[in-house]
Amino acid sequence: MKILVPVKRVIDYNVKPRVKSDGTGVDLANVKMSMNPFDEIAVEEAIRLKEKGVATEIIAVSVGPQKAQETLRTALAMGADRAILVQTDDEVEPLAVAKILKAITEEETPGLVILGKQAIDDDSNQTGQMLAALLGRPQGTFASEVTVEGDSVTVKREVDGGLETVKLSLPAIVTTDLRLNEPRYASLPNIMKAKSKPLANKTPADYGVDTAPRLKTLKVSEPPVRSAGIKVADVDALVAKIKELGIA
Amino acid sequence: MTKTLVWVEHDNASVKDATLSAVTAASQLGEVHLLVAGSGAQAVADAAAKIAGVGKVHLADNPAFANALAENVAPLIVELMGHHDVFVAPATSNGKNIAPRVAALLDVAQVSDILSVEGPKTFTRPTYAGNAIATVESSDAKLVVTVRGTAFAKAASEGGSGAVETVSSGSDAGLSSFVSAEIAKSERPELTSAKVIVSGGRALKDGPTFEQVIFPLADKLKAAVGASRAAVDAGYVPNDYQVGQTGKIVAPEVYIAVGISGAIQHLAGMKDSKTIIAINKDEDAPIFQVADLGLVADLFTAVPELTGKL
Repeated sequence: MKILVPVKRVIDYNVKPRVKSDGTGVDLANVKMSMNPFDEIAVEEAIRLKEKGVATEIIAVSVGPQKAQETLRTALAMGADRAILVQTDDEVEPLAVAKILKAITEEETPGLVILGKQAIDDDSNQTGQMLAALLGRPQGTFASEVTVEGDSVTVKREVDGGLETVKLSLPAIVTTDLRLNEPRYASLPNIMKAKSKPLANKTPADYGVDTAPRLKTLKVSEPPVRSAGIKVADVDALVAKIKELGIA
Repeated sequence: MTKTLVWVEHDNASVKDATLSAVTAASQLGEVHLLVAGSGAQAVADAAAKIAGVGKVHLADNPAFANALAENVAPLIVELMGHHDVFVAPATSNGKNIAPRVAALLDVAQVSDILSVEGPKTFTRPTYAGNAIATVESSDAKLVVTVRGTAFAKAASEGGSGAVETVSSGSDAGLSSFVSAEIAKSERPELTSAKVIVSGGRALKDGPTFEQVIFPLADKLKAAVGASRAAVDAGYVPNDYQVGQTGKIVAPEVYIAVGISGAIQHLAGMKDSKTIIAINKDEDAPIFQVADLGLVADLFTAVPELTGKL
């Protein structure tokens, strides 16, 4: 079966985001960008399923600017077979991304779509669930273990109280949590090889999807700043302060 | 008047606290109706009806709803949204799993993890691990929002007198089934509602050391135990201990960070705590930039000494 893996180009997770002084958003000029960490986990999981002989082909897709090509090349260097860039310079909300992915899923008919559970820029945590809804398919969100057997997939999920296991009929949608796997680094030969793997260029219009935002961002501001307090000299001083707080 | 439908978080026996913050958020938008979707959940509906400010409780009791499978409950919610304007879910793992499925079926954009209600369709929400707070206005006719529990006061769990109405619809979509759950049982308070939290980081070395150092202090302070991502990834404690951008968001009275350096992803989950205490041997650790009280010390001597002296 095929696996479709959507990936997003986002601010690198080691960079501290800075809000623009005019309050219109976060300053991304000259900031290091990378593949969303949860999407790297999704790519890795797809590759492992291919290595196990469960998957036959991995298609990476990204909805974003021209530069999202780099993110797709990273996915190809890790082990995806081909890529689709749905190019747009507009910010596309999760619902519209899900609609584009729905169209691609109908075209490519993958047995699994594996997505990161959330992007670390907008922190929405929506796209996978929305895609599952639009396709009328089951969803295994926040996965920490994925096992494909016959015509079903068993997903161990990270939930508030611990872990929960669900069984889904294929085709299905899975979203990844942190502990599903540890993504590999692409080797230099594979990075070179990725340059010649096929990458198709599309636009949202090719899929008939209107990407006009439903949410209007009125303002983006810095959170209230917490200032550093005091350092105490020793444990006795800390004990005294804790007693002042009235918790002991 | 705007009618809201609030997802009641429960275990088929009792109402979970996360519901109460969502009720407060919903009450700022309009009339508060609740949805109890479960199996054998009459007691939950009766308890939910007592939450202050609740107008009506819809009880959908069906074996298909026992484990809150999104494939089964989303169509139910969509049906009820025929006569409600806003679907409100706490940002719990159930809320985060179900709400976007509902939003897509309604063809509306979801507003995730709201921090405040600024107007009938305007909210603030955290982005970039809480480093940028966005104020967003929806243009959709119906709304779907999830609520960050720490950002809203809890509604009183007693004092209301809502009417319980039974919803007969509901079926198994036949797409998914519940297999099992490994839910940790603990005598300690729950992380998301604890007054005091003691959290440990990678510096704790391994699982047994984590327990030996952190648990006695937590027990002394009747605190919940949390952990950084590094400590969970290293296997010291299970995933449900994780505090941070993608783990649990907490805001206790007192948060004690032991051997946690303070990556932005961790700070995103705890920086709204009232008082932050940090114990770390690296005096340049970023955690000290947000801590009200800092102690630069080796945690393996300082924490047992602290536990002994409290």
